[in-house]
Amino acid sequence: MKPAAFEYLSPTSIEEAVQALTDPDDGDTKVLAGGQSLVPLLSLRLAQPARIVDINRIPGLGEITESGGVLTIGTLVRQRSAEHSDVVRRACPLMAEALPHIGHTAIRNRGTVGGSIAHADPAAELPTVAACLDAELVARGPRGERVIPAAEFFTGFFTTALAEDEILTAVRIRSAAPGTGAAYEEVSRRHGDFAMAGVAAVVRLDGDVVAEARIAISGVDLVPVRAGKAEAALVGRVVDEPTLVAAAEAGVADLHPSADLHGSAPYRKHLAGVLIRKAVRTAAQRARESR
Amino acid sequence: MNNGNTTREITLTVNGRKRTVTIEVRRTLADFLREDLGLTATHLGCEHGVCGACTVIVDGATERSCTQLAVQADGREVTTVEGLNGPNGELHPVQEALRDHHSFQCGFCTPGFVMAIHGMVEEKKAGRPSPCSRAEIREELSGNICRCTGYQSIIDGAEAALAAGAGKES
Repeated sequence: MKPAAFEYLSPTSIEEAVQALTDPDDGDTKVLAGGQSLVPLLSLRLAQPARIVDINRIPGLGEITESGGVLTIGTLVRQRSAEHSDVVRRACPLMAEALPHIGHTAIRNRGTVGGSIAHADPAAELPTVAACLDAELVARGPRGERVIPAAEFFTGFFTTALAEDEILTAVRIRSAAPGTGAAYEEVSRRHGDFAMAGVAAVVRLDGDVVAEARIAISGVDLVPVRAGKAEAALVGRVVDEPTLVAAAEAGVADLHPSADLHGSAPYRKHLAGVLIRKAVRTAAQRARESR
Repeated sequence: MNNGNTTREITLTVNGRKRTVTIEVRRTLADFLREDLGLTATHLGCEHGVCGACTVIVDGATERSCTQLAVQADGREVTTVEGLNGPNGELHPVQEALRDHHSFQCGFCTPGFVMAIHGMVEEKKAGRPSPCSRAEIREELSGNICRCTGYQSIIDGAEAALAAGAGKES
């Protein structure tokens, strides 16, 4: 038997699930959603929780809705369903473009949007999208519901602001405004591998001038990084090559990526700059075309 | 630990046959299929979702059987390569296409490729976006690793299966 022994609970309501996380209060419980990260960790015995709370049997967590200019994606929405959703394509083209980079079809058929965000792998696509768009992460715990801004959600390497007795129930994202373009670019050794670096970019144009820019970088730090200086270098300017170069330089100036056998630190930093230029250029082009 | 939540009775359908079994909750679906049901066509390579050899169809969609627990398949319908054959053991059209194009050498990865390509054919039949060009097929099959063929013959087989499969019942 590969995983170490654990107790398995499959609650059918969110209240029951929260109760299962609260009691016993030993912090040794893991929430199981799509399982595409957790089950390998169990099989490798890198994770040996005493208790697994499988939330897949809870109804109502798998809906995609848009209302009042806000897109809400339930935590259990499969990545493949989000990828094929017309609502997601229209309201959040950035996520629609990022999703196919995750693993492979058979992984996305099972993997969930909320699971990937709660797992908080700094090289993963959906945490980077959430950071880029200032998504709101909706959590349920014994004290009720609370909403955590993405900027406060990712607190460290595979670590989030979710308490041990809280469950991520939904992701809320403001629907894409008219005149906005988005692009997701990443470099990995093979399709589906973890990115050595990735960039999510959203550009809103007023005439030819950038009114708003959002850039987030994956794979270069312990959490997805917002490139505030690159964003500032774009606002008020026309997106031409000198501006792109200046934005990329500003965006990577404070990065200190770690090295591994797939790429040195300077290489990853260089990559992030190249991807900022590429993603912003494409996003600006799409913003122009959207008018 | 042994408080009644470490084993569970589940009912699932495997290759069209409904079964009720009591299993340890920590058993993966892949190990359950292979070791408890003796359905050893589902292969295990990397056991963490990378190689694709364990790909099966669950409720109509391709999924890795190594990255889910068997207990999670309660109430669901699982199809393995063994479930694709006709009543007299006839090969499935996807298998025929792969045979005709010499799409394997040692055969270890083949069950995963068969299921992945079967999934592509089904998506195409259902009118969902599906790969058309060789480049798209290559991209789609990047989730299955083969260490023998160099992939060219597998892409040939997948192309033929997609061309033939769209008009055929599986």
